[in-house]
Amino acid sequence: MSQDVVNLINHVQGAYARCIDNGQLEAWPDFFEENCTYKITTADNYAQGLEAGVIFANSRGMLRDRVASLREANIYERHVYRHFLGQPWILAEDAAEVSSETSFFVARIMRDGTTDVYATGRYLDVYRLNGGAPKLRERIVVCDSSRFDTLLALPL
Amino acid sequence: MLDQIIHSKSEPGHVWPSESLTRVPYWIFQDPDTYAAEQKLIFQGASWNYLCLSVELKNTGDFITTFVGDTPVIVARDSDGELYAFENRCAHRGALIALEPRGNTKDFSCVYHAWTYDRQGNLKGVAFKDGIKGKGGMPASFCMEQHNPRKLRLAEAFGIVFGSFSNDVPPLEEHLGEEIYSRIGRVMNGRTPVVLGRFTQALPNNWKLYMENVKDSYHASILHLFFTTFELNRLSQTGGIIVDASGGHHISFSAIEPDAARDNEYAEQDIRSDSEFKLADPSLLQSFKEFPDNVTLQILSVFPTFVLQQIQNAIAVRQVVPRGTGRTDLHWTLLGFAEDTPEQRLVRLKQANLVGPAGYISMEDGCVGGFVQRGIAGAGGEQAVIEMGGAGADSSESRVTEASVRGFWKAYRAGMGM
Repeated sequence: MSQDVVNLINHVQGAYARCIDNGQLEAWPDFFEENCTYKITTADNYAQGLEAGVIFANSRGMLRDRVASLREANIYERHVYRHFLGQPWILAEDAAEVSSETSFFVARIMRDGTTDVYATGRYLDVYRLNGGAPKLRERIVVCDSSRFDTLLALPL
Repeated sequence: MLDQIIHSKSEPGHVWPSESLTRVPYWIFQDPDTYAAEQKLIFQGASWNYLCLSVELKNTGDFITTFVGDTPVIVARDSDGELYAFENRCAHRGALIALEPRGNTKDFSCVYHAWTYDRQGNLKGVAFKDGIKGKGGMPASFCMEQHNPRKLRLAEAFGIVFGSFSNDVPPLEEHLGEEIYSRIGRVMNGRTPVVLGRFTQALPNNWKLYMENVKDSYHASILHLFFTTFELNRLSQTGGIIVDASGGHHISFSAIEPDAARDNEYAEQDIRSDSEFKLADPSLLQSFKEFPDNVTLQILSVFPTFVLQQIQNAIAVRQVVPRGTGRTDLHWTLLGFAEDTPEQRLVRLKQANLVGPAGYISMEDGCVGGFVQRGIAGAGGEQAVIEMGGAGADSSESRVTEASVRGFWKAYRAGMGM
């Protein structure tokens, strides 16, 4: 059972990373439930219980707004990410939901070719399984570092 | 040798090109000697520098490490209830005394040779001071009282702690002036601040380019489309800028007049800011009334590197830390208040999306300084043109002005003797 869940989470997380890295941001909110939490924070803030995120959304609508703003409003130099994800570690599971933790490594490639380690950290997730089509009810992106280079535009 | 002297004289001159505040030479953002002089003359000169919030050091023994310019500093609360600040530099061989960003301690001990300091920065112990079995040790003439890291003067404004290396700078309240001081009070408003989060944004540019950006009310509604589209900040709103007499401190503010008719200035000028889009979840912008006035935006800066921000209900302190001629750390401390209701706290968490490294209306400020830093490469002898709104550095009812940018340079040149 657990191996099935690992496979399922692996599959959807692969699709999530591919979605962002391929620039298909419009599809990114669809990995979440309508009522969801998405937050990017730091290990320090998380350990200290500080609530605010670099990004904080508590609805899928807010994720769509984030994409719309990136597309239509915000100014930043063109760049892409390359996500590398670890294996999900299942923290808890029942028939309806799975809680998991997955490490990530994100390289950022600027338009001039400069490639940096942009962020490392872990996803703390709660997936609703929805009978085999899991969606994120919660994703807390805990970055290991408190330092963000220049800006954070594309989601992690 | 003579060749070198002649060569150095023929470099783009490090003399300010004119008396006017409307021209800024680009070498000011590039030159290592200027950077070094700033540490001495600006940051360790007659200035008050943001250190921390008083509430971050509630208990006896609480300490934080921070920076004044690029000089590392410790702030600690001692058993007398007072705050003390001193250089984070051991008097022995110069190593950092404290490594952690925050903590609680009885005293400080340098890891290198265990020289110890009390929470006021006084040297209290030297390992093996008297040697071992009568051999080695410090000379009898060595006097610990004469070997301390430099200490800072401290002052608080409404729970915000500032420090100064200068004995000459006037008391903080006098230094800031009534207009600036009272508007710090307006935001803090007698409440107990609560830290909601801390983030560091690494900026690829000289620290002064970020401070220019903070003081530049001209760019806000042009570069930041999110801001404008949702009417958080149209230049045609009521508002203005306040520049203190020194030029170095400023406030840019805008206020909502709900009944005021929208005008067509943007459409006529065909500025990019005119597009329309709707939020799928407009709760982001549902503010609560926090202040008795109608001011929805107040950006306040204290020379050289402190910013207090109110954007609707997003309250934050920004500390600018130079890290070399072309690098700057921007430390964001997002604030709520102990008096917040759960609903109000949620509004603050949502509106935090407006600011910080991923802020809808601040992410551009993270990259635009880098665009300048890269753009001026090889152009140290050229100059920026800062003439919007005239040549002065005075308060203005219009925000279509660069008066507070000129004010920054007025204070900077006074501090640097340029």
